[in-house]
Amino acid sequence: MSEYLQPKSLEEALSALSQHAYTPLAGGTDFYPPRSAQIIKDPILDLSKIRSLQIIEERANDYRIGATATWSDIINGDLPELFDCLRLAAREVGGKQIQNIGTIAGNICNASPAADSIPPLLALNAKVELESIGRIRTVNLDEFITGNRTTLRKADELVTGITIPRPKQPCVSTFLKLGARKYLVISVVMVAVILEVDVHRIITSARIAVGSCSPVAQRLPQLEDDLIGKKVGSNFSETPSHEHLLSLTPIDDIRSKALYRKDAALTLVIRALEELETKLS
Amino acid sequence: MITLDVNGKLHVIEARPSDRLSDVIRNEIGLTGTKIGCNAGDCGACTVLIDSQQTCACMVSAARAQGSKIMTVEGLAKQGQLNALQKSFHAFGAAQCGICTPGMLMAATALLQHNPSPTEETIRDHLGGVLCRCTGYQKIIQAILNIKTIDNAGVVDPGVGSAVGARAAKIDGIQKLTGAEKFGDDVAPKSSLWIRAVRSPFWRATFEIGDLQSFVKNTSGLLDILTARDIPGNNGFGIYPDVKDQPALADKTVRYRGEPILALVGEHDAIYSIDDNDLPILWFEEEPLQGFDKPLAEGADLIHPSKPGNILAEGCVIKGDALASLESSPIIAEGSFKTGFVEHAYIEPEAGWAQRVGDRIEIYSSTQSPYMDRDEVAQLLGIEKENVRIIPSACGGGFGGKLDLSVQTFLSIAAWKHKLPVRMVYDRKESMTATTKRHPSRIMARYGCDENGSLTSFFFDGDFNTGAYTSWGLTVKDRVPIHASGPYYVPAIKAKSRATFSNEPVAGAFRGFGVPQAAIAHEALIDELAEKTGQDPLEFRLKNAIRKGQETSTGQVLKSVGLVKCLKSLRPGWQKARAEAVAFNAASSGPFRLGAGIGCMWYGCGNTSLSNPSSIRIGISANGRITLYSGAQDIGQGTNTTMVQAAADALGVPMSQIEIVWGDTDKTPDSGKSSASRQAYVSGNATKLAGENLRSQILRLANAGPDARLDVRNSCILVHDKETIHEIDLAALRNPESGDVLSGSGYFDPPTTSLDSHGQGEPYGTYGFAAQLALVKVDCALGTVRVLRIEAAHDVGQTLNPIQVEGQIEGGTAQGIGLALMEEYVPGKTENLHDYLIPTIGDIPSMKIFIIENPEPSGPWGAKGIGEPALCATAPAIFGGIYQATGIRVREAPCTPDRLQAELVQSGIYGPP
Repeated sequence: MSEYLQPKSLEEALSALSQHAYTPLAGGTDFYPPRSAQIIKDPILDLSKIRSLQIIEERANDYRIGATATWSDIINGDLPELFDCLRLAAREVGGKQIQNIGTIAGNICNASPAADSIPPLLALNAKVELESIGRIRTVNLDEFITGNRTTLRKADELVTGITIPRPKQPCVSTFLKLGARKYLVISVVMVAVILEVDVHRIITSARIAVGSCSPVAQRLPQLEDDLIGKKVGSNFSETPSHEHLLSLTPIDDIRSKALYRKDAALTLVIRALEELETKLS
Repeated sequence: MITLDVNGKLHVIEARPSDRLSDVIRNEIGLTGTKIGCNAGDCGACTVLIDSQQTCACMVSAARAQGSKIMTVEGLAKQGQLNALQKSFHAFGAAQCGICTPGMLMAATALLQHNPSPTEETIRDHLGGVLCRCTGYQKIIQAILNIKTIDNAGVVDPGVGSAVGARAAKIDGIQKLTGAEKFGDDVAPKSSLWIRAVRSPFWRATFEIGDLQSFVKNTSGLLDILTARDIPGNNGFGIYPDVKDQPALADKTVRYRGEPILALVGEHDAIYSIDDNDLPILWFEEEPLQGFDKPLAEGADLIHPSKPGNILAEGCVIKGDALASLESSPIIAEGSFKTGFVEHAYIEPEAGWAQRVGDRIEIYSSTQSPYMDRDEVAQLLGIEKENVRIIPSACGGGFGGKLDLSVQTFLSIAAWKHKLPVRMVYDRKESMTATTKRHPSRIMARYGCDENGSLTSFFFDGDFNTGAYTSWGLTVKDRVPIHASGPYYVPAIKAKSRATFSNEPVAGAFRGFGVPQAAIAHEALIDELAEKTGQDPLEFRLKNAIRKGQETSTGQVLKSVGLVKCLKSLRPGWQKARAEAVAFNAASSGPFRLGAGIGCMWYGCGNTSLSNPSSIRIGISANGRITLYSGAQDIGQGTNTTMVQAAADALGVPMSQIEIVWGDTDKTPDSGKSSASRQAYVSGNATKLAGENLRSQILRLANAGPDARLDVRNSCILVHDKETIHEIDLAALRNPESGDVLSGSGYFDPPTTSLDSHGQGEPYGTYGFAAQLALVKVDCALGTVRVLRIEAAHDVGQTLNPIQVEGQIEGGTAQGIGLALMEEYVPGKTENLHDYLIPTIGDIPSMKIFIIENPEPSGPWGAKGIGEPALCATAPAIFGGIYQATGIRVREAPCTPDRLQAELVQSGIYGPP
């Protein structure tokens, strides 16, 4: 029989990980599906009983989402407008069943190119907290995910939370997901956008991330730079062009064609900017 | 030890902590109401409440669920009384096959706990995680919206003589709502050994098997590995009596990926722990022949040595001189069309168990065709048919996919050899890789009309890829040319079809047998002719719709032809939708466009020019129990209910007095398979005749007149004839042949003729007709299409039960939406329910249904079939809508966003951004 640990505290969990390379089990929504009818042989570290890991909190300089906070926790929590993009992404993950147990941290650790939380978290400048016995390190999300389904997490480390810095200015955010049906759908393309605007209604910071168009979701730094200084009412949506998306490397797969993904990504970026500009005006 | 609180009761059980909660609830606690459809969170059938939150039990470990309050479908009814939600589901007919119902009920329960009056949109949001393949979600939404108005509904007995046509609730509905219904994987004895198939990882290969005996000896818990050598009879199956080309276990050669070569028999954990790569199998992969071009290329290797050119068979219909007529027709429309494999995606995977009882074998499994299964198993084991007993489970969706054998081959071989009970269930991937699909097609067609828009001639040439084995390929090649020109009067027709082989999944029966593919072609051309002659698409169809007295493609003159009525009933909605689209598009400068389209179809009920009789028996026992013995398998469409309705009225008793024994080949006569939209028409007739036969016996015994009223009591029948009451003492009657003292039989075989060399004759006793309209919204920048509205008018001859008819139309239409916009099974790639997409509750709009009654003289009370007609007109209607919206004529299904966007860009109609 495979080993199955169910620690009640983080210390217990870290201690177990220091001795053996357990597979951390958070929501289970990425763990169970590929195993279908197989007998599970992985040694499991079930995190579900560590209550402290599920907390979402607002702190002096940032927000912290505990590792086992679920999509539903994000939807139902009282996070500010900044998090609209993440909340919208959460609403479009699978169905309610998956939202109720799937976790944001599990989603980033699984590191699928189509992970729904990653574009919003990239736009949120999220950092990932990794803990092992006696050591905590924090890495930027874009460094944490190193490729298609690979991360910086070491075998003795646990992702314990995700932190998001407070914005400097008031901001608006959104998320658009394109899939081939409503509900229970893996995205063909998704886009998260956050705009910070100063008192003169001028963009001071733009953060735009595109998912499902490269092995790891990407920010679009050139487009972000080009948007800074634009005033509300100046038609933000005229700024983006295919040149801004050249770093994307979409593929032909079962869900779509690469060429289509490029066009769709641009369309979604334009629409997200239109939506936010309308919201601001 | 794991302790779980399920429905308020604590269960202490032996389970591994990592076991899926769904498995533990079903196998250890014995609550089989929670269903497993995919083990991947893709279908929601296993939805339970964990601390009031809806959760897929297949993704929760047993250990994690400890300390939580778990509620399953069995926890809904209290003291045997359905709760309000269940009652509403029952009254509205929200459960068809019932496999998704537990998941739907639990999702709805979670919603209603915090929102007792949800809007339609909220309902969709909260039920979005549960897939239903039968209902089209309409009645589920209605049941939840109207939960407060339902009280004690669905138990109303329509009364003597009024059962046919009544909105009678399903007679087997309650068990589908409480979790009590038993499906294929719900009843195997605990002591059963398990079977798992080992399947080919290659599309085309030969193989050698090494020393299995040592492998078995060295593997604890493994009893045996079955090979082709273990098959006592003929190692071949197939639906035609004379074509058994598909091996139960492949012998040296495999023709598609997923073809079984071995079967592991043993303890569950043992056989599911074995890595197939560790088995002594030597593979020699060969270049597969896939699609149409490679297998049909000159000099291509033969997939079956006896089939030259890799062609299974050709079919044709020739009426008049179509080619000459096309030459002289002033207006022509033509095009080439393509469709892919489509997966049935029933939510219940193939499952069952079997045991050997002396020299007989008993197989309990999910099926559409108990008697065909019986005959197939008999020849596989080399035993008499009478020594095979098929006991069908409730069928959690079939749609044609459970006509061919699946688990039955393995179960029968293993149980026969080892004389032990054995069980088997396919996992989702296995279900998708191993079983049949809709035939991919490539079609070239040309339609001609005169200047006034009267159709003159039609030419059709279609290839249908039947994959690695014959399955239903012959049926498709016969049915397609007959239906290829659509439900119109056309003086001259030449329609050819071929069924071709490839190293791909076996294409079999799927709701329509090729007719939906052909309908996409003929309706697209009809739209073009309408445009070329400057006529409205509906009016053009109305002008050409086949009418009573006109000859069909095969020269048959039909008696019930309701297409004109269908079209006329859609006219107001059509004109409104077209005008709406025009107004919207004129006002819209953005990427969104509206369009309305229309599609028509026809469908012959029953087998094509082949005998397909049904026998039904109704008996009365000495203690006054009336039993309907029906071999007509209920696969969710409601046959059990409609047959009881028919029996009740034919006999002249209330529905509530009739019990049904269904499916079991030892107990019921052969009513034929549930396919070809034949049960209402064929078995409906047999049931009516059986009831009438029994009634006439009773009247004769009482010497009563035809209008006498029957009162069947515990030991007697009181026959009220005008002023007198005759009493028949049932105990005094003797009938040693069965448990019944009175027995009436009915037999019906549709009146058909064979077809001549030009395909002329009377292939079907009757045809169903339909017209559907779709209003769609196209996002031209993204190529996405949303169906906003469907109106569907179906000529069903006569309605036996409006709830069931609507349910068939709604569910068939939902599958039509899938076929049109998202469903394409790509062999080797879309072997799960997140890569293969079927419509969710969010993809299906509200539908308006028009039931057109145009009684068929040969049908029971005038009834015809509706199962397949429900699907065929939808994709053409949607494609017509896309044309009005964008100007793109869709030639390939499904019309996915990337395909449509590419067309829009290429034709310069929209974008790129």
